[in-house]
Amino acid sequence: MNVDETELPGLGVRKDFITASGRRIGVVEMREGETELFVSTWDDPDTCQASIPLTADEAAALGNLLGGQHIAMRLAEAHKEIPGIATRQFSITADSPFNNQPMGKAQIRTRSGVSIVAIMREGEVVPSPAPDVVLHTGDLLVAVGTQEGLDSAAAILRNG
Amino acid sequence: MDPLALTLIELGAVVFCLGLLARLAGRIGMSPIPLYLVGGLAFGAGGLIKLDGMHEFAHLSGEIGVILLLLMLGLEYTAAELVTGLRRSWQAGVLDLVLNFLPGAGLAVWLGWGLVGAIVMGGVTYISSSGIAAKVITDLGRIGNRETPVVLAILVFEDLTMAIYLPILTAILAGVGFLGGLQTVGIALAVVTFVLMVALKHGHRVSQAVHSENSEVFLLNLLGAALLVAGVASALQVSAAVGAFMLGIAISGATAHSATRILEPLRDLFAAIFFVAFGLNTDPSNIPPVLGWAILLALLTALTKILTGFWAAKRGGIAVPGRFRAGAELIARGEFSIVIAGLAVTSGTVPREIAALATAYVLLMAILGPLAARFVEPVVKAFRKSPRKPKASEPISSLEA
Repeated sequence: MNVDETELPGLGVRKDFITASGRRIGVVEMREGETELFVSTWDDPDTCQASIPLTADEAAALGNLLGGQHIAMRLAEAHKEIPGIATRQFSITADSPFNNQPMGKAQIRTRSGVSIVAIMREGEVVPSPAPDVVLHTGDLLVAVGTQEGLDSAAAILRNG
Repeated sequence: MDPLALTLIELGAVVFCLGLLARLAGRIGMSPIPLYLVGGLAFGAGGLIKLDGMHEFAHLSGEIGVILLLLMLGLEYTAAELVTGLRRSWQAGVLDLVLNFLPGAGLAVWLGWGLVGAIVMGGVTYISSSGIAAKVITDLGRIGNRETPVVLAILVFEDLTMAIYLPILTAILAGVGFLGGLQTVGIALAVVTFVLMVALKHGHRVSQAVHSENSEVFLLNLLGAALLVAGVASALQVSAAVGAFMLGIAISGATAHSATRILEPLRDLFAAIFFVAFGLNTDPSNIPPVLGWAILLALLTALTKILTGFWAAKRGGIAVPGRFRAGAELIARGEFSIVIAGLAVTSGTVPREIAALATAYVLLMAILGPLAARFVEPVVKAFRKSPRKPKASEPISSLEA
């Protein structure tokens, strides 16, 4: 992937690339710390159809979504042959009982048979997280298990 | 009435009116500068009401306003950005200078305002308003556009040109001869180069000297340093404003960001008073005779800015609509045109009509510029044959929905 970096004097740095469908997509990292997400129009790659200001939290959440989606797709591909196995993503909200708690406290594998294979955090992947990893608001847990197991894992993360 | 009470009442009323005008400007999405100027015209010599009590304060505040405007301009760019910008876009910058300096200078000569008048009016028509341009780019969601770096590079070049131009102007207005002028240019060039080099290598030391975690200490350090440097620069005949600009460049990194935040309200206040003070000194009855010239100059220099942006964007490999967008974003003139005209008028060596012409011109350009930037796109699209339809596999959907 070839990402172009362009200095915007007084504003920040623009990082973008052209997608296979011919759109230019990227972000501007503003001096003050915000991120501006933009997508070019279909008829003029020079201009933007949408330019959306994101706070640091929102940018991290979007990064998790995209990264999590990527991992989930790869996992789904890997488990396609095994019937009954599914992949799902759980996000940790501020009111989750395990927010700011080590993951082992939830005992997800013991109670539901589901494995947490990765955590997406601020756009980065924590692969096969250990039980002592502390969960934070905005973390995205990538889980593999049976449909029933995943349902009960969701209930555990929501209700404790 | 007690003179102090009169001054306070006048000042309060004016600042309050400025607040109302700024709110109106925000409501209709335009730059407040033209409204401030109109406000100044209404209260000044030959206006609706004559305010005498605040004259002295307005004058000094206006000077501080100019210093703050230039200091913040310097804070905006790091020395490294200035140097790379200069290297990458000097051709476009020179074209910009030639195309937009000549119309103003030519008209001044035509009207018999002499060499000094020509240099002043050339500066007024040359310098785009980086404040308005940046706001237009952000408001219209064009930060991610490909032509935006081209526009910003031209603005950077213009600002560096100001660092050379202002000392020359100050020297000429002070009435020094050719040799004296050359000497000032030499000093200005040496100072600019020296400050750029210091800022590149030792910017963090300058930042450390003024920085403080305590915002009160920081503000006093900054303002004190700015006024001191401006005063010394003024004594050396290098122009107070340029001194402040160079200090702004030398301050870098995190210090520059917090300095911008801390100075913004002060800049807004003093710059607003500066625009009003300029309006106060302009007799509105001088405007109608020069209005025709102002309109002609506005149209001509709107075209020359479009041409500049078009050419620069073309060199950057940008398609036709983007070239027009780049040109239109450069049209707005504003704060620095008034700074230049203000310097000239206070020196008293140029005809009073220059103030009237500059006011009318900036009024037109500060309104015309953002409008042109907004509407250039549909106009260009209407004139070009309709582009290809999107492929079926490429659904158009707005992310904002």
